[in-house]
Amino acid sequence: MLTFILKRLLIAIPVLLILIVGTFVLMYTAPGSPFATERGIPPAVLANLEAQYGLDQPFIVQIWRYIVGIVTEFDFGPSFIYRDQDVNDLIGQGFPVTLTYGVWSFLVAVLVGGTLGILAAVRHNTWLDYLAVGISIGAQVLPNFVLAPILVLVFTLWLGWLPGGGWQGGQWEYVILPVIALSTSFMASIARISRASMLEVLTSNFIRTARAKGLPMRRVIFRHALKPALLPVISYLGPAFVGMITGSVVIDIYFSTGGIGQFFVASALNRDYGVMMGITVLLGALTVLFNLVVDILYAWIDPKIRY
Amino acid sequence: MSRISRLASSTILAAVLCGPAFAQETHPVTGEALAEDQTFQYRLLDQFPSIDPQLVEETAGGHVARQLFEGLLTQNSDGTLRPGVAEEWSSEDNQTWTFTLREDARWSNGDPVTANDFVFAWRRAADPATASEYAWYVELSQIRNAPAIIAGEVGPEELGVRAIDDRTLEVTLTQPLPYFPQMTVHYTFMPTHQPTIEAHGANWTNPENMVSNGAYVLDQIAVNEFFRLVPNPEYWGADDVIITEITGYVINDVNQALTRFQAGEFDMMDDLPAGSYPRLEEEAPDVAHSVPRLCSYYYAVNQSESGHEALQDPRVRTALSYAINRDVITEQILQAGQAPAYNFTHWATADFEMPEIEYASWTQDERMERAMELITEAGYGPDNPIEVNLIYNTSENHRQIATVISQMWRPLGVTTTLNNYEWQSYLEIRGNQNFDIARGAWCGDYNEASTFLDLMTSNNANNDGKFHNEDVDRLMAESVAAADPGPIYTQVEQILAEEMAILPIYHYTQNFVLDPTIRNWPMENVENNWYVRDIYRVAAE
Repeated sequence: MLTFILKRLLIAIPVLLILIVGTFVLMYTAPGSPFATERGIPPAVLANLEAQYGLDQPFIVQIWRYIVGIVTEFDFGPSFIYRDQDVNDLIGQGFPVTLTYGVWSFLVAVLVGGTLGILAAVRHNTWLDYLAVGISIGAQVLPNFVLAPILVLVFTLWLGWLPGGGWQGGQWEYVILPVIALSTSFMASIARISRASMLEVLTSNFIRTARAKGLPMRRVIFRHALKPALLPVISYLGPAFVGMITGSVVIDIYFSTGGIGQFFVASALNRDYGVMMGITVLLGALTVLFNLVVDILYAWIDPKIRY
Repeated sequence: MSRISRLASSTILAAVLCGPAFAQETHPVTGEALAEDQTFQYRLLDQFPSIDPQLVEETAGGHVARQLFEGLLTQNSDGTLRPGVAEEWSSEDNQTWTFTLREDARWSNGDPVTANDFVFAWRRAADPATASEYAWYVELSQIRNAPAIIAGEVGPEELGVRAIDDRTLEVTLTQPLPYFPQMTVHYTFMPTHQPTIEAHGANWTNPENMVSNGAYVLDQIAVNEFFRLVPNPEYWGADDVIITEITGYVINDVNQALTRFQAGEFDMMDDLPAGSYPRLEEEAPDVAHSVPRLCSYYYAVNQSESGHEALQDPRVRTALSYAINRDVITEQILQAGQAPAYNFTHWATADFEMPEIEYASWTQDERMERAMELITEAGYGPDNPIEVNLIYNTSENHRQIATVISQMWRPLGVTTTLNNYEWQSYLEIRGNQNFDIARGAWCGDYNEASTFLDLMTSNNANNDGKFHNEDVDRLMAESVAAADPGPIYTQVEQILAEEMAILPIYHYTQNFVLDPTIRNWPMENVENNWYVRDIYRVAAE
């Protein structure tokens, strides 16, 4: 198992390197510059700016310096747009925000979605099943960029219960709407996947055996059915978690939470090379990490899988 | 009723009667009852890249800098000049200017604001090492040696500005400039505190480090979320400042922002959703406002070597301009009080007399008729069609206007390909003249017509169409030294109209919503500069 984890971590290094080089190349081939302004910049000033950020160096030197900076000092360089911030500061401010509502959304999606799905499967073809399926399909077809404005309209403008945005250090009333908006569609997916797999497990032979032995239904479900039924759900959780972090783009823009999603979009539009690279690397690393976590969980849950 | 309870009830009664009198203060000048809550909140579209006065390069940062810093001169609510740090200023020849600084101007750490602080800041703005994107503004103000400093040929200490003593600043210009005092209002010319910048480098603008000299100081900042300013007790006019806290919220999505404004989460937002103004104005006329804003919207026509052959003919350009029905654009697309434009300089520019442009007075049918004649004369028309490529940057309004105009050109036999780019790419493409016709807008950097007309001189970096006319170049050079440049500006505008250097489309308005309890908002400041030190909140009626 340990060799497996080590191997996977070693593979992550070339993956991230390819990601860095690929993004760098794309960034440099895109037209526009972080320093382009309508008023135009005097050449001497532009030369100074470019020297300050190392843009006067050949491409290979720039990318080498960037990688060396990350490897030796974990330094992602300066922001090209926010003149008094570097990328580490910006990610340091934005990532905890994204992570906080990301984790909450994840928990809500898993708990609510999982419960809904399992209840629906256990009470197959009853009103509870129809209700759960109805809710999850409804939630699935409602993308967060539609849900977010509706939430603000209802809870902020009409009812006046919750603030329509902001973060204020993560006070609970600022967290609720972003979590609902972000978790809903994931919750729906989890509900559908867990319902389907639970149904499948419940009709399998070993469950019939367990019931034939006279075990109470509760025991059959929790002791025997749950674990195998969760397998497909777990394989979905890794990408789902990373999806929530990247999906934060919409949440950040609608709820002005100050999370990294907003930085990501703004950096692409402003050609803030430093911030764009930093967040890409961060999200890339997260994707690699969570895929690994899912694989480990798999091995733990499914006895057929051994690494 | 027992004695005790009678006593208690009379005490309560007295408290009720006197209470409001204690709590409610009135405005010292107008006598209006002030609200207890004197905070002001507003919405920003985007996080400002910097609030360092010499590095600010866009509107959002500019608004914050105006609260944090005070330049030599500042503005009244109507945009007229008033003393800031300088209490007096004079010049005999409009070329050497002397500013006398007030004695009680202080930095937020208690240090006096001296002439050297301005010398430091101005040199810093011009110094290429600072890499200020507004360095050109120093050059524009004609301060001696600015171009050479910006080009890196001489050191910043050669800049034509010196401190005669702590309270006297002398500025030497390369040529007389009667409106120089006006230019000192700009944030690029606000003072900065040398010891703070030297101690903290780029981080001097962090709340824990920042030292400023305006009515407010920076209290807190969360990037892409909000920032907060609180009054500066060291400010010389601190006693007259009423608003006790300013909060700016960064809200990217404009519809979301409007919903939150309507839920009462903040007091002011500009940049309203496209097409929402008429509805807002109808629903709440005391909340929605439309005021002139010193920006002109136009189409630049590429007249450089890479330009379209047909567009080099002034008759073709004129035909295109005549064919544009500006009323359709202002009344049906924009619908927020914008003025149709037949000249470049915004009509509300100070001391600017609108030139008489012939085609402005015609009906659209007359213009269209003349356009057909001109295009035929030039050898084009439906039988010999022209294909042009029109570029614009991402925005719903730009897209609609471009679509409508391309339809208006169709009868002339002009087929238009529309190309949309996002801003950073757009600047590069337009700056390299990779277009036939490009959407442009210019906002005045100071309230004087030359801020617009300079754009039409051959060497101006923002003359994206590369319009070239020796008379315009000569006249604009003469205007700088002229006692009354007005007639010269009229003449330039007339040449621009004859040559159809650009296709003027409309003059901007600033449309915004403002909580009606906020008073003394500078509605008449056409540069849309606002200073929270002058506003206040009245008690709701």
